[in-house]
Amino acid sequence: MKEKGEYFMEGNIACAEGALKAGCGFYAGYPITPASEVMNHLSEELPKVGGRFIQMEDELGSMASIVGASWTGLKSMTATSGPGFSLMQENLGYAVMTETPCVVVNVQRAGPSTGQATKPGTGDVMQARFGSQGDYELIALSPNSVQEMFDFTVRAFNLAERYRTPVVLLADAGVGHMREKVKIREDVKTVKRRRPEEGEREFFDTDREDHVPPMPNFGEGEELLVTGSTHLGDGTRDTSSFEAQDNLVRRLVDKIEDNREDIEDWEEHHAEDSDLVVVSYGSMSRPARGAVRKARKEGHNVGFFRPKVIWPSPEKRLKKIGENSKVLLAELSLRGYRMEVERSVPSENLHIFDRLNSLPTVDKIYDNIKEVL
Amino acid sequence: MLKAKDIKEKYVRSHPSPFCPGCGGGMVLNSLSRAVEKSKLSKDEIVAVSGIGCAAWIPSPHWRVDTLHTTHGRAIAFATGVKLGNQDLEVMVVSGDGDCAGIGGNHLLHGARNNVDMNVFMINNGLYAMTGGQVAPTTEHDEETLTTPYGNPSSSFEAAEVVKAAGAGHVARWTTYHMNELIEEVEKAIETDGFSFIEILTQCPTRTGKKKNMSGLEMLEWYKENTSKDQDTEKIYVGTLSKVDKPELTEQIYRQIKEAGGDPK
Repeated sequence: MKEKGEYFMEGNIACAEGALKAGCGFYAGYPITPASEVMNHLSEELPKVGGRFIQMEDELGSMASIVGASWTGLKSMTATSGPGFSLMQENLGYAVMTETPCVVVNVQRAGPSTGQATKPGTGDVMQARFGSQGDYELIALSPNSVQEMFDFTVRAFNLAERYRTPVVLLADAGVGHMREKVKIREDVKTVKRRRPEEGEREFFDTDREDHVPPMPNFGEGEELLVTGSTHLGDGTRDTSSFEAQDNLVRRLVDKIEDNREDIEDWEEHHAEDSDLVVVSYGSMSRPARGAVRKARKEGHNVGFFRPKVIWPSPEKRLKKIGENSKVLLAELSLRGYRMEVERSVPSENLHIFDRLNSLPTVDKIYDNIKEVL
Repeated sequence: MLKAKDIKEKYVRSHPSPFCPGCGGGMVLNSLSRAVEKSKLSKDEIVAVSGIGCAAWIPSPHWRVDTLHTTHGRAIAFATGVKLGNQDLEVMVVSGDGDCAGIGGNHLLHGARNNVDMNVFMINNGLYAMTGGQVAPTTEHDEETLTTPYGNPSSSFEAAEVVKAAGAGHVARWTTYHMNELIEEVEKAIETDGFSFIEILTQCPTRTGKKKNMSGLEMLEWYKENTSKDQDTEKIYVGTLSKVDKPELTEQIYRQIKEAGGDPK
């Protein structure tokens, strides 16, 4: 684990270092480009701080074992890319249903299917949110720098522990393989799951306003019932009643929805009063931000908006922006975040700059801004 | 030794049983509970991990221990995380033949290869019972099932032999007819520091029974007649298939953590 200081570091390594700083105690993974460096680094560093590392037989197993380890009280994590992320969807849904804190890093690459393994893409934005069956919400963070690969990994652990939910770090090959300066602070804030208080026996329901029940560990004599089937507050399976399904699934969704204020995070510049606001995220937001700077320098009234937390999406803020100005969505995919932005911005105000395979130049986006203006 | 009533009180949660009349599921639960009672284990140390299917419902919610009822086929992978997470826990996996050897076959192979310390009980009724009796990797050649109305064109999977070849520390096979032997074998599994795999041939009077026109009791009689503790007969061998000493995964990983300067506690 790196000491406090400034380093020149690859994004995936910064992610691994963020995990160590956040107190990760268990990592399971399977090799995949362009995410493997996270695993390679942790295989060496995690044991030094007492953490367990295992390379599993596949991504189904990786996701399964981090959930198992989380119930022994360890902060757990895996990292993968598109094909592996697809395999993880089953047990990602299980983690949602059983309210198991864990962090899943997806260093997105160009898809669909095997696609282009070393090239960046952000075509998994909807999958991160809707990839597993049934109604649910989860949290996904979108870093755009090596610094954010570090910071957002720490925040991903904190949110997972705070809300007893899986959190996806939705990176891309651009930020994963980028090397730049990262500053590691001494005083990184970390959060641990709420443990049951004396006499508290409901681990799967709560009257608390934050909707988060306490979480015990295996081996504490609680005779825990953890199940992916619909269950009552004490964990008992209930595969038929309306009340059980309605109470549980509604609370799981509300747990994210009603805590938006604490979870949401974005960056914006002149988003209030511009003729055009460029909306972008991930590595694409870097040239997009450059293009906005250039446009403003040239005297154009252009703003910038970047969701740092992409799920839950800052829909109210997007709606507000779309009411007052034109929006140019710049993204490294054709379908990534588009439907969500279309939902918030009136079609006559919405323009798209999409790109596949690699980042465009600042000038390319700048030219598009001028066209749209 | 506790009386049956006391075993039930101590180890079984009072839920209505989901098992059909004559099912072997309850006999497995009984055997596991009695073996734990005979061993030095406290039930607070046990985590019972299961997947999907009738067998997965044996521990969850009925066994009065920590339970992790997971997704179809993945129980061994979840259990690996639990064991590596806390070495002091005694991890028991209860899985059907479809769950364990079909959809979960890859995790089974690698759990055995890793020789991770857990006890896997494969409850083998030879088909997918919960979903109506479809063909499984353990169904005999030519056998009729719901999805092999013309007979099984494929051949059955000798899971215990495969697990043995994959390197598990302890492999055995018994049936629900052999409750006493099974209890002893479960005790052995608890004592084994490594991957223990016990195949338990278990009657399903509802699916197999209906096809073969046999009651649960008749199927137990069939196990009695068609199994042997002698490996040199044509009958199904019951007993220990393999017991080898090899490095156990959790032990190895905890040692490496200590050598790297970390504290696994």
